[in-house]
Amino acid sequence: MKTSQSALHKYELVVGLEVHVQLSTQTKIFSSDPASFGAGPNQHTSPVSLGLPGTLPMLNKKVVEYAVKMGLATHCHINRENRFDRKNYFYADLPKGYQITQDEAPVCVNGYIQLVFKDKEDKKIRINRIHMEEDAGKSMHDKDPRYSLIDLNRAGVPLIEIVSEPDIRSAEEAAAYLTEIRKIARYLDICDGNMEEGSIRCDANISVRLKGAETYGNRCEVKNLNSIRNLQRAINYEFQRQVALLEAGETIGQNTLNFDAATGKTSVLRSKEMAYDYRYFPEPDLQPLVLEDSWIDNLLKSLPELPEQRIARYMADYGLSEYDANLLTIEREVAEFYEELITHTSNYKAAANWTIGPIQSYLNEGNTSISELPVKTSVIAQVIALVDNGKINNTAAVQQLFPALIRQPETPVERLMHDLNLLIDTNEDELLQFINEALAQYPDKVVEYNKGKKGVLGLFMGEVMKRSKGKIDPKTANKLMVQKLEALK
Amino acid sequence: MLQVRRYYTLSEVQEDLQAGVITLPNLVEHYLQRIDEYAELNAFIEVFAGDVREKAIEIQQKIRNGTAGRLAGMVIGLKDIIAYKDHKVSVCSRILENYCSIYSSTVVERILAEDAIIIGRLNCDEFAMGGSNENSCYGPVKNFADYTKVAGGSSGGSAVAVQAGLCLAALGTDTGGSVRQPAAFCGVVGVKPTYGRVSRHGIIAYASSFDQVGPITNSVEDAALLLEIIAGPDEYDSTAAQQLVPSYSALLHTSGSKKIAYLTEVLNADGLDPEVQELTEHAIQKLREEGHTVEPVSFPYLEYVVPTYYILTMAEASSNLARYDGVHYGYRSPGAHGLESTYKQSRSEGFGPEVKRRIMLGTFVLSAGYYDAYYGKAQKVRQLIRRKTEEILAEYDFILMPTTPTPAFGIGEKTDDPVVMYLADIFTVQASLAGIPAISIPAGNNSKGLPLGLQLLGKRFGEGELLAFSKYMLDTVKSDHYIQQ
Repeated sequence: MKTSQSALHKYELVVGLEVHVQLSTQTKIFSSDPASFGAGPNQHTSPVSLGLPGTLPMLNKKVVEYAVKMGLATHCHINRENRFDRKNYFYADLPKGYQITQDEAPVCVNGYIQLVFKDKEDKKIRINRIHMEEDAGKSMHDKDPRYSLIDLNRAGVPLIEIVSEPDIRSAEEAAAYLTEIRKIARYLDICDGNMEEGSIRCDANISVRLKGAETYGNRCEVKNLNSIRNLQRAINYEFQRQVALLEAGETIGQNTLNFDAATGKTSVLRSKEMAYDYRYFPEPDLQPLVLEDSWIDNLLKSLPELPEQRIARYMADYGLSEYDANLLTIEREVAEFYEELITHTSNYKAAANWTIGPIQSYLNEGNTSISELPVKTSVIAQVIALVDNGKINNTAAVQQLFPALIRQPETPVERLMHDLNLLIDTNEDELLQFINEALAQYPDKVVEYNKGKKGVLGLFMGEVMKRSKGKIDPKTANKLMVQKLEALK
Repeated sequence: MLQVRRYYTLSEVQEDLQAGVITLPNLVEHYLQRIDEYAELNAFIEVFAGDVREKAIEIQQKIRNGTAGRLAGMVIGLKDIIAYKDHKVSVCSRILENYCSIYSSTVVERILAEDAIIIGRLNCDEFAMGGSNENSCYGPVKNFADYTKVAGGSSGGSAVAVQAGLCLAALGTDTGGSVRQPAAFCGVVGVKPTYGRVSRHGIIAYASSFDQVGPITNSVEDAALLLEIIAGPDEYDSTAAQQLVPSYSALLHTSGSKKIAYLTEVLNADGLDPEVQELTEHAIQKLREEGHTVEPVSFPYLEYVVPTYYILTMAEASSNLARYDGVHYGYRSPGAHGLESTYKQSRSEGFGPEVKRRIMLGTFVLSAGYYDAYYGKAQKVRQLIRRKTEEILAEYDFILMPTTPTPAFGIGEKTDDPVVMYLADIFTVQASLAGIPAISIPAGNNSKGLPLGLQLLGKRFGEGELLAFSKYMLDTVKSDHYIQQ
């Protein structure tokens, strides 16, 4: 679909997300069968999760605890009076013919999540509600030539659904929001965050409107977006599609859509006219759930330090930028690695750069977790000290020494530096020689420098690096270079 | 073989078992024979003959060893709505015709632990929806007092089985009178406990916020004992109350003067049978003579109880019965060829007409645009009824009224008009809406020999006082009544 850039610029994208977070409790929300992923088909079932006649739900209190933790971590108000409701609809993997959820009285309301960006201002995305509910089973349509097969292991696995206000204005913000939810859930240890296994799933309500318009346009709900990338693709596709329709003078049908990851396109699943009437009503099999203030206070006290608080602490105590602090805290384990690293070095900035730079790149490439990093934090700190002391330049440390350390984590650093010939042993005379050569090569640039164009310093430094094969201490070189240039004035 | 006489109470049975007058295998054979002999009543839909003979030998041994439970000697039938592991349970519906439960209900676990013998499954209205036992896929149950009359419902098979001596006791369920009304029609005792007193785990749901299991017996003593055994908290039902269960059977003595209310609107109700009215007035007079205070009280919501009850129970039923969809278990139409036709055909063929009517009406009252006018309003009216009833019971010990406006009516007499059938529940649904305990006790027969019942409503969790006073009523009020059994 082609939509002209000028047309796109006239419109504003409006997105609200409904994020389903599967909770990592031991047992299901209303029965004692295991809630874990990966067992053989229908192995994690019981009379309750099979919806057999005469069975009744018993609420797993851990689910309430996890939901309230998420609410507290996202600045929500926690409703003291809770109720469950039935959402009635027929589907083959919904054994009772209704889903137990919370409609009228969700456990958490009115919160927000703060998004941090590198090149624009922070943004608050408001949370309308968080409610508890049970998951359905799975239907498989491609395993048998004649029948659809049903696996009820997932039926009754606890979920929280986090519903945002329509505050999201770009695919990038949507991705940041979903990343943030995943991050908080992982910090709280209430979800494994594994999107491939469906532990976090997302529906997006997408509409567009002319910039400056007061009211929202007709929205479409795109179902079951199973990765951050697909969420972004679906949003971008819908933005273009909806703008194109409006530009052509058509209206947007208020439909429920499906996103096809293979084609990157959406298609209509249900039109507004075909929308279900879920006939919500209070679940008579469960008593209203009243939460005590003291119980909530205790939960609040037991919360781990959350990314937001950690970012503030890193900025205040270690002088890091908000952006760096944010990157360090995306994964709880990475933040913990960083904190271990700075017990060995007081160069907090360098420690942050190492963690979110070469170390993170290495983890991303190998798709491994930081706990599997072969190099100890004390060794990284040693490398930082060597750079600080002018024994090795930073580029060489990152590009040559670090990969070598990963290959041979047991070999002493000095030994590797020696083997790779990275140790800076250039004396001042040799260094001056390189500087003189560099300046001699670009006499016109020297004139420019003297006229006040300090930027040419980089060019001279590059030349010195090249001539010395990197075996100089950049700090000393810089100092000498400036002295020399000033002397030439 | 020893000749076995007809027993009316468990204590008589236990006395004879202890004295060796009979043995448990004798007793079981006696009931099996009698069930066979009175098969025409259509009370039992399945007899667990093999099971019970084995059990009888086993428990007889326990009696000899002095290790038998409190219900040893009780041969009991289960309404076909109560799950019993490895046994069929169908709620008399084609949709569950061959369904076998893989677990036992809490009530079954509890009576088995006390050595009761479960002899079979008892006929009822399909999914407990009905007041005459004519909505069963196994056909109607006949009243032992008059084979042309209904047994009442929905626990009709349970009431007739006890009435006809096919077993000593039965467990029924009461949503809007399904224990009390057939008990009244059959001249036996039927108790609906406080909502939450008995676990619903393993009871196939009709309307979750109303359903309660209750005993049907010949005597208040047996009802009290059964209730104290089946009642109490349950880890499988969060609506089961935590309140401790008193020893109802040991507390059956009442003393002193009681305050009893009767509702003026009830005695002036349209369609109240003159003999039923006379019987109630006589009971009021007799109680006054005995020194109790019996006063008229106005209950202005009487005309609303039936519509309120039906809106709420149909709404809950429409959701509770969604699981019978032909996909996971139960009946699947042989004509089904896809998901939608599996639903439509299985449910069309599997459910009977009354169940379909209630599912459709229940779906309607919950649907967008109608919810507030029907379901929402009925919830509010339920609160009013509950509050008013509790107000009366704050001032009075009990509310007394007939269980039913008429004696048992003829089979087929009301089947053409569901509204007329629903209105017959007018006296039983108040206790169900209010969630309070109520009991129907036999009050003698009418001039045609049909049993009549009197109903007492008590305070929440006041089963102890209710049962004690009921026993006193049976001993004192009924014994010199002009309408003799």
